[in-house]
Amino acid sequence: MKEIDIVVVGGGHAGIEAAIAAAKMDCSVGVVTMDKSAFGRLSCNPAIGGSAKGHLVHEIDALGGVMGLIADLTGIQFRTLNKSKGPAVWAGRSQNDRKIYSKIASQFVESTENLEIIEDSVIEAIEEDKKIIGVRTAKGNYIKCKALIVCSGTFLNGLMHTGLQATAGGRFGERPSIGLTESLLKMGFESGRLKTGTPPRLHKNSINWSILEEQPGDIPPLPFSRRTSKENFPYLTQLSCYITYTDKKVHGILEKGFDHSPMYTGLISGIGPRYCPSIEDKVKRFSDKERHQLFLEPEGLDSDLIYLNGFATSLPAEIQLEALANIKGLEEAKMVRPGYAVEYDYFPPYQVDLTLETKLIEGLYFAGQVNGTSGYEEAAGQGLVAGINAALKIQKRGEFILKRSEAYVGVLIDDLVGKSTNEPYRMFTSRAEHRLVLRQDNADRRLMKYGFEFGLISRDMFNELARREILITKSKDLISKSKITPSQVNPYLESIETTPMDNAETIEKIVRRPEVSLRDLLEIVKNGSEDLNQLLNDNRVLEQIEIETKYSGYIQRQLDLIEKMNRLEDLLIPLNFNYSNLKSISTEGREKLSKVKPRSIAQASRISGVTPSDISVLLVYLKS
Amino acid sequence: MKHLLSQNEDTIVALATPPGIGAISIIRVSGPDSIAAVDKIFKGRKQISSASTHTIHYGNIIDDNDELIDDVLVSVFRLPNSYTGEDSIEISTHGSPLIVQKIISLLVDNEVRLAEAGEFTKRAFLNGRIDLTQAEAVADIINSNTEASLRGARNQLDGLLSKKVDELRELLVNTSSLIELELDFAEEDIEFMSIKEILANVNRIEKEIDDLLASYSFGRIIKDGVNVALVGKPNVGKSSLLNYLLKESRAIVSEIPGTTRDIIREELTIDGILFRLFDTAGMRAGKDIIEIEGVNRSREAVQNADIVLFLNDATVGLSEDLFSELLGLTSAERILSVVNKIDLVEVESESFDAGISAKTGEGINILFHKLKQKAIGTQNYSEKSAIVSNVRHYDSLRKAKTYLEGARKSIEEKLTGEFIAVDLRNAENALGEVIGKVTSDDILNNIFSKFCIGK
Repeated sequence: MKEIDIVVVGGGHAGIEAAIAAAKMDCSVGVVTMDKSAFGRLSCNPAIGGSAKGHLVHEIDALGGVMGLIADLTGIQFRTLNKSKGPAVWAGRSQNDRKIYSKIASQFVESTENLEIIEDSVIEAIEEDKKIIGVRTAKGNYIKCKALIVCSGTFLNGLMHTGLQATAGGRFGERPSIGLTESLLKMGFESGRLKTGTPPRLHKNSINWSILEEQPGDIPPLPFSRRTSKENFPYLTQLSCYITYTDKKVHGILEKGFDHSPMYTGLISGIGPRYCPSIEDKVKRFSDKERHQLFLEPEGLDSDLIYLNGFATSLPAEIQLEALANIKGLEEAKMVRPGYAVEYDYFPPYQVDLTLETKLIEGLYFAGQVNGTSGYEEAAGQGLVAGINAALKIQKRGEFILKRSEAYVGVLIDDLVGKSTNEPYRMFTSRAEHRLVLRQDNADRRLMKYGFEFGLISRDMFNELARREILITKSKDLISKSKITPSQVNPYLESIETTPMDNAETIEKIVRRPEVSLRDLLEIVKNGSEDLNQLLNDNRVLEQIEIETKYSGYIQRQLDLIEKMNRLEDLLIPLNFNYSNLKSISTEGREKLSKVKPRSIAQASRISGVTPSDISVLLVYLKS
Repeated sequence: MKHLLSQNEDTIVALATPPGIGAISIIRVSGPDSIAAVDKIFKGRKQISSASTHTIHYGNIIDDNDELIDDVLVSVFRLPNSYTGEDSIEISTHGSPLIVQKIISLLVDNEVRLAEAGEFTKRAFLNGRIDLTQAEAVADIINSNTEASLRGARNQLDGLLSKKVDELRELLVNTSSLIELELDFAEEDIEFMSIKEILANVNRIEKEIDDLLASYSFGRIIKDGVNVALVGKPNVGKSSLLNYLLKESRAIVSEIPGTTRDIIREELTIDGILFRLFDTAGMRAGKDIIEIEGVNRSREAVQNADIVLFLNDATVGLSEDLFSELLGLTSAERILSVVNKIDLVEVESESFDAGISAKTGEGINILFHKLKQKAIGTQNYSEKSAIVSNVRHYDSLRKAKTYLEGARKSIEEKLTGEFIAVDLRNAENALGEVIGKVTSDDILNNIFSKFCIGK
């Protein structure tokens, strides 16, 4: 009988982060996967990042996770979205080579010490006294363990649909995972069904590229990871994406297939994401829209497959084909694989705590799609948190919870637990009430300290961060004192068509003007002082100072709000608190509070259905 | 677990005595900044901040322009030996709603927040000043208050104000959604709203909030009634008028000047509006100490009145000296000049707003009409207008307006959506407070329902 500290179920984005982090924290880890060549497989679009998701990748990186590194190593296009807006919403996005991504991910897993790859499938979780003690596998093995992290993605009782045909499986050509859900239900967990979809894959030689609109990557491309050296970056040849559109005729063809749609005929019961609707949903719900935008994304450098982003569908294959043939540039398109929808089990996430450990069974953790999220980045963030917490618990080192004001990862988990999503949850920047302080550029300043504490970030990296922090503090002070005279700065101000100055002003004050750049100002006073020159040589420090100075008013207001909220975060509710004693709260409030078991007053106040007066009563009773 | 005390970082204020006219009113302030806040508006022999606990201080409450609001007694209670267990102040003022309102407004200007229902008691409990059985009672109180306010909210939900605020909030959510749309879905093939349209929406919402804020004085009149000071020289027939109006003889009617020494208060309703009539002792000071006191009270009543019913004797004509004295105490538009005893002498109507005979009842209907007109003013409120009558609603609307101003500033400074969104979100929450609706998911839900999102 095998005996290890932590068993991780699944080698997807959540699984690899969980397994690598826990192993690096000196736990013995076994990652159980049905196919060891499938680590980090990009099941849907061959891309990492995007609005708010890019933020997650930066945070995972700062905490010592691997997603950013893998994305950098395997990227075939890099872009920063929202560049025309402020820095809080700049978001990195990469197209990645699907095969190489998985290969590199495997290498990361294989090269991690204390980490064993077990090609098998967990069919049963075993508990004793509400505590995980082991798992049983499909190959008939029993593995004794102290913690179990379930990162099963879309595989739990996965069912794929194309038209009215349904095939068991979690991903094209891959078997589903059967048994684990049932064993968890026996323990008392509640499960639900969700659905997601993927578009058809086309053969690249069958597309008329010359008439399509090209979307190239940024020059120069920017990596996600602070650990990616800029020298050889990007590592792979860079490719473009292309854009085309559907039209009324295409919509008409799709409509013909509605009575063979597993969605509209009731075959699929799972709820799909509203922000990533299938093409048939778009046509049905937004019938006044003349066209829908489609992106043709390369799946890799030596892959013949093209991913048709925006055309997720589970309509019958022949309808898909007919519709495609009517889209500009796709007239001759060869459909290598039709789109399909996949239904899978998830566990409504009110059942986990903010550490991602389940409230019901000690040592059992859920991370990723099993918690109702969608997206690689959301999964990876959870995997990392679950892996760290499982290791911390085994080593009796406390727990790791990120606040909403600290990280998107914190917003993500707090939302999951408190709102217990019933549609696949995707991160958006608008979900973060403290958006202006949760930026990609300061992810390391927010979170690297934790990565370092857990041994996931090297001392060198951390020292470098500390050095920069000192320089930031010093330089901020410097620019608040150094003045520039009108004669020095006015030619520059006039050149950028902004009002010249009458009196000498501090650099800090001048840089608050939106159109003024700190670098330009420093160039003007170049010979002013050695310290200012030092600042000119450090782009990251310069960027931090510029952002924090320019937007200081807004940032300060968010910090004030955070401080206020943190006082409520510090008002803890005992985990065993019995809400049935609270006679004077609303029935819905009591039900929700009992279900979610919030840790703090702040968390309680965010639960939907809990009213402000419920909170007042709770406060009163807590004191007793 | 951190001590629960730390949650009360706010300083709160509320009227502790029943609302309305009484001999005195007590305003209670509690919280870490209570002493400092009161010090800013109080002028006494010494600063309250240097006063020890359980001491009483005489002095004046003054406003920003150094204008005297009232002379008051201030009681200082330092933590933990106060009702709430926090630093607390009690201000005893003369019993006038206007004074109370002014003092509370001054404190609110100094970062003191209006207390919520039961909040003083709640703090008392949380700070261990009252015991568990009492606390359970408090929880019930809080709950019953909530139920009451829930009922209230439900009534309001059908009401015009809620409907209006809900509309504004929806417009705001739509506007925010359009900003968020552009931030979170930049890649999508959707037409984004131009900043011009966003600004137009912000302006429109602000304008509507302005209208609602302006309705507050009217709303307050509807809710709290109108204070009318009845002023006139001795023997012009004030008490006779009162008696006629009320058909009862509570005020002593006599031929000796200066008989009505105390302020007599009566209430009457005209077309649904409550008028509170204060009969004054006349403005002429005699030697009698009681009479002097009466005159002081009369002057106060005039200052606090929404309307001054200035009564004249048709046989004597307009009391010009009294009129000019009144102008020193109140503004001309608050004065309603009325001439009595038109049954005895005919008068030129131009010099007066209304002519009546308290004896025969002639002209009384005209007087009613004029009173109503003065109370409501020229503002054109109908039964279909949304009107703010609750000070908390007024507060939230004012907050919303401030945030909208912030949003406009961001737009004018050409900042991008995420900055504008900060203020719009806050404004939404402020409007949500009025109708008891605050949910953060509204914006995303709105985006998903209205726009075709998703590659």
